[in-house]
Amino acid sequence: MKGYNFAYLDEQTKRMIRRALLKAVAIPGHQVPFGSREMPLPYGWGTGGIQVTASILGQNDTLKVIDQGADDTTNAVSIRHFFARTAGVATTTSTAKATVIQTRHRIPEETLRSDQIIVYQVPQPEPLSRLEPSRVETKRMHALADYGLMHVKLYEDVARLGQISISYDYPVLVNHRYLTSPSPIPAFDNPKMDRMPALQLFGAGREKRIYAIPPWTDVRSLDFDDHPFRPINAPQACGLCGAADSYKDEVVTDDRGGRMFVCSDTDHCERRRNDAA
Amino acid sequence: MNDDPILSARGLTLFFGVIPALIDVDMDLWPGEILAIVGESGSGKTTLLNVLSGLLRPQSGIVSYRDPEGGTHDVHAMAAPLLRTLQRSGWGFVHQDPKRSLRMNVSAGGNVGERLMAQGARHYGDIRARALDWLTQVEIDADRIDDLPRTFSGGMLQRLQIARTLVTHPRLVFMDEPTGGLDVSVQARLLDLIRSLVARLGVAVVLVTHDIAVARLLGHRIAVMQRGHVVETGLTDQVLDDPRHPYTQLLVSSVLQA
Repeated sequence: MKGYNFAYLDEQTKRMIRRALLKAVAIPGHQVPFGSREMPLPYGWGTGGIQVTASILGQNDTLKVIDQGADDTTNAVSIRHFFARTAGVATTTSTAKATVIQTRHRIPEETLRSDQIIVYQVPQPEPLSRLEPSRVETKRMHALADYGLMHVKLYEDVARLGQISISYDYPVLVNHRYLTSPSPIPAFDNPKMDRMPALQLFGAGREKRIYAIPPWTDVRSLDFDDHPFRPINAPQACGLCGAADSYKDEVVTDDRGGRMFVCSDTDHCERRRNDAA
Repeated sequence: MNDDPILSARGLTLFFGVIPALIDVDMDLWPGEILAIVGESGSGKTTLLNVLSGLLRPQSGIVSYRDPEGGTHDVHAMAAPLLRTLQRSGWGFVHQDPKRSLRMNVSAGGNVGERLMAQGARHYGDIRARALDWLTQVEIDADRIDDLPRTFSGGMLQRLQIARTLVTHPRLVFMDEPTGGLDVSVQARLLDLIRSLVARLGVAVVLVTHDIAVARLLGHRIAVMQRGHVVETGLTDQVLDDPRHPYTQLLVSSVLQA
């Protein structure tokens, strides 16, 4: 697009973000501060993810953008369109064909490959933020790997509710060292992060932090020995493709109480229906 | 019984501006011993406690801690992770105001369990059983385990803080006026509890108090402080029954006879 640099951001900014990314990859799960720019997008809509994507995108890349698993929601459509216009890169809705996948709140059902990169949009990069309001203190806790407080939260859940009740943004320990927020993906997706062949990058625009999980890194969801981590999913099968093992959304279909469960990953659902047909 | 002190301080000096808080203070604490530090307000008792426990850095002098394996560490030169590990497991700190160390929005059980979890305990059933055991030991009803500390009385909060501190079986506990602000009958029960727990676990305690009666009841040895100086030390009964230093004489004679 005329008047704009390739993929919108200027080259100096991309350089700065790539430096932060390199550091983030070198220290898996550690939050690296970066000079987050104003983007033509409100905070909370993926300003962090979009800057990371802009910095890693090359001319031969194929971009897929999902929002809650869907390729056709406002956020996904507008970010995909943004890069199609400012970078002229090919876009796709197919997980298998994409080389870069920017995501909000989901990991695709299809197993990612080592030649793919997944970019997460992160609202709150600090997993301890709700427990310890001081950033100075949480930094010290990360430095000393002092994560007892997070387990106190899990303890309180089990004591009050009989189970760990975190259903999304379920805290993980990356590479046996850093406590990390997986971004608000459902706990169902956490196991996919463990030893994933693809590079995982996380961008938090408002909070100005970048972190990463390199390929094949151990990612463990926190739990107790006697209350192990459980991925949560609706027991119903998908109303469209019949999949039982994919993550489902409950969708209201009319105003008379009609509702159905459908795959949240629209590409996965579509592919299954095409294969069946 | 080992004859080396668990904690020893040499030449501790600290000024707040021009105000002397500690002047050339030496101190030794042996395993299983309770050392009471008494003195009037502003005499440097709490500052000494903070310096000994590594919370405050002295301008000169060293504090050395001997670990169970016999190695000695300069508390103020220790690596931060090691010091924190010590502070959350091998050591304990009981504040005058329990709200400073308790988490008021976390249940009693969670408060007691926190130090266990910080040490790496990852079995919910075990953590809960040990929390329950400790609540019983400090005479808090077992069915209050899931209640928030803000529903507890002042005396119960202080006992909860003691349970939370002792659950990791520390070797060394710092106590800052543990019975301050409590009424007399509650104080008596608490002192009794501290005395029996400390004796049973063999914990070494540095106890700061302005109350001579508390020092007499709990302390094996006593150190009297005045304006940053330790003016007299010795066995508690000896010092209190036969005070040498004029200030100690004043302090002892100013206690109301009941």
